Amino acid sequence: MPLLKSAGLSAAAIFGGVLITATVLAQQPPHAPANEVNSDGHNDPVPPRQAWSFAGPFGKFDQAQLQRGFKIYREVCSNCHSMELVAFRNLADPGGPGFSEGQVKALAADYKVKDGPNESGEMFERPGRPSDHIPWNFPNDNAARAANGGALPPDMSVLAKARGFSRGFPWFIIDAFIQYQEKGADYIVGILNGYKDPPPPSVQLQPGQYYNEYMPGHRLAMPKPLNDGQVDYPDGTPTTVQQYSKDIAAFLSWTAEPKLEERKRTGLRVMVFLILFAGLLYYTKKKVWAEVVH
Amino acid sequence: MTGHSTYVPKSALARWFESRLPIMGLVHSSFIAYPTPKNLNYWWTFGGIASFMLAAQIVTGVVLAMHYTPEVTMAFDSVEKIMRDVNFGWLMRYAHANGASMFFVAVYIHIFRSLYYGSYKAPREVLWILGVIIFLLMMATAFMGYVLPWGQMSFWGAKVITSLFSAIPFVGDAITIWLWGGYSVDNPTLNRFYSLHYLLPFMIAGVVVLHVWALHVSGQNNPTGVEVKSVPKDTVPFTPYATVKDAFGMVCFFILFAWFVFYVPGILGDADNYIRANPLVTPAHIVPEWYFLPFYAILRAIPSKLGGVIAMFSSIAIFLFLPWLDTSRVRSARYRPVFKIFFWVFVATGIGLGYLGSQPPEGGFVIAARILTAYYFLHLLVIIPLLGLFERPRPLPASIADSVLASRASVGARVAAE
Repeated sequence: MPLLKSAGLSAAAIFGGVLITATVLAQQPPHAPANEVNSDGHNDPVPPRQAWSFAGPFGKFDQAQLQRGFKIYREVCSNCHSMELVAFRNLADPGGPGFSEGQVKALAADYKVKDGPNESGEMFERPGRPSDHIPWNFPNDNAARAANGGALPPDMSVLAKARGFSRGFPWFIIDAFIQYQEKGADYIVGILNGYKDPPPPSVQLQPGQYYNEYMPGHRLAMPKPLNDGQVDYPDGTPTTVQQYSKDIAAFLSWTAEPKLEERKRTGLRVMVFLILFAGLLYYTKKKVWAEVVH
Repeated sequence: MTGHSTYVPKSALARWFESRLPIMGLVHSSFIAYPTPKNLNYWWTFGGIASFMLAAQIVTGVVLAMHYTPEVTMAFDSVEKIMRDVNFGWLMRYAHANGASMFFVAVYIHIFRSLYYGSYKAPREVLWILGVIIFLLMMATAFMGYVLPWGQMSFWGAKVITSLFSAIPFVGDAITIWLWGGYSVDNPTLNRFYSLHYLLPFMIAGVVVLHVWALHVSGQNNPTGVEVKSVPKDTVPFTPYATVKDAFGMVCFFILFAWFVFYVPGILGDADNYIRANPLVTPAHIVPEWYFLPFYAILRAIPSKLGGVIAMFSSIAIFLFLPWLDTSRVRSARYRPVFKIFFWVFVATGIGLGYLGSQPPEGGFVIAARILTAYYFLHLLVIIPLLGLFERPRPLPASIADSVLASRASVGARVAAE
């Protein structure tokens, strides 16, 4: 069966080449595309591309980074932002931050969760359980608005997929093939590092607005949330805004796409199978048609 | 071309069954003995690929429907529950969302193959019209499916498209309210879209059966556009020849499909659709899915709302009349040197309109969209009819077998010369 073997080998070589290229391109921040002119005629700078452990066909989350990101969420972001779609138990799921079940149990118990009504018809508070979703600091949207100058802090569960930016033509085609799918994470890093005080003289800010380089329109209702040294890292990771922003963006990428590792792992198997199958079919087709002048 | 079935039942049970319901004979004559031109190229595998994508959409869709909740306060969360808590839910959902795109990729290639090789001409007009109907049903299905996750783009896309009906004089507003089931896009709209999104694919499947039936009456066109003259010389039986070739083409297409599902599942979607629908906040740019963009560009190119709606619908409806707009008796672009150039210009126009549909309707984009829209209609209404009258086609081969032998001979001569 030398024919089939060579078919399999050549298919594997081609697939391997494509995967390596995609991996390299996914890791390597390419030169930033030309700034685009937005609809107001202003230049909206495109957030710089970061290197992510979970990018590319073999991408995996960095557990330590997700744990640091969760710490930032818990100590900083969760003061205003909800995380409705994530349950405590998810923190111990495979492909996630990798907390143990005991840690998750203890963590959940730190939170107060509203439950009820009980037998006497009263609502009551109890310690959280792993099956509870992470509770929010505010009882409802309006309470959150009232505490945040009228602006509603968006839920963070799928935020990393709900944000992005345009890289323009021809990047929107190229990005599909170099597997650049981490725009949301890059945008979050951009925002957290994009505050400028004082703002450029051309931008007029209303009270309660903050200038941000990467926000479309440059006006943001969220004050600069992270500053150097604000959150303790017991493992010695640098406590800088740059590091914090990457850690929280990685964590939010996981909350938005908790099955990412399973997906990419399955994808590799599917691809190998399909390419071998295509190779076999190609030679079968050649053999079947060999007698036909066509 | 099908003629009488040559199926011979092999067992007594098969004979007994065949004399009562000759379904095995039907399958045999349609997918085994069916004579297929031997010179078909890989562009002809996209019909089979599109059929497979329809089946894949129905299978993944039925599974998703078991977990989805069509209610405005729960729809978004139920989709996220599929992504997070349902076993392989992420796979079903991404395969369905990207499957819609892949279905359109396959169908667009299938349509342009037909345009290039003149497959819509007599005696295949009904086959072609059925195809246009399938395309329209697909557009309706895809549009309503995109509304179901109830994100920002779902809601605002639904609002923009259903509001188009309000452009109809006198009864427009009444029709829009009737479509919405209220005074705005709301829960009744979501409910009926869900119902229709489940219904329409089965209607598509029904029209696909008619499409294949019509195909098997007239037989397939082929790259020469010359009809089959002799079944033994010009054709090969569907199985194994077309079966194995289609299978190879299909698996190659699955590789592309899998690339999107497993590696870049969100890249064809809009980030705004991961924000819950909010009737009070309008997204900065309301953009439909990529496969609607050329038509969206045509809609926005016309300064009047009613005019835009008419232009958009007629840009597709016009294809129903294409078999009669094209006056050339020669089918294949291979033998139509001038048509061939205009064909590629038309392809570029379609892609150009698609790009403009994705851009904000301002300044130069609007002017470009107007020029391309004008050219789109000029191509179909003026250039195509006139070309048939003035173009001098190249001589056609006497038969498929002749053309195959001639191209073999020229390859042979070239090899000998080197």
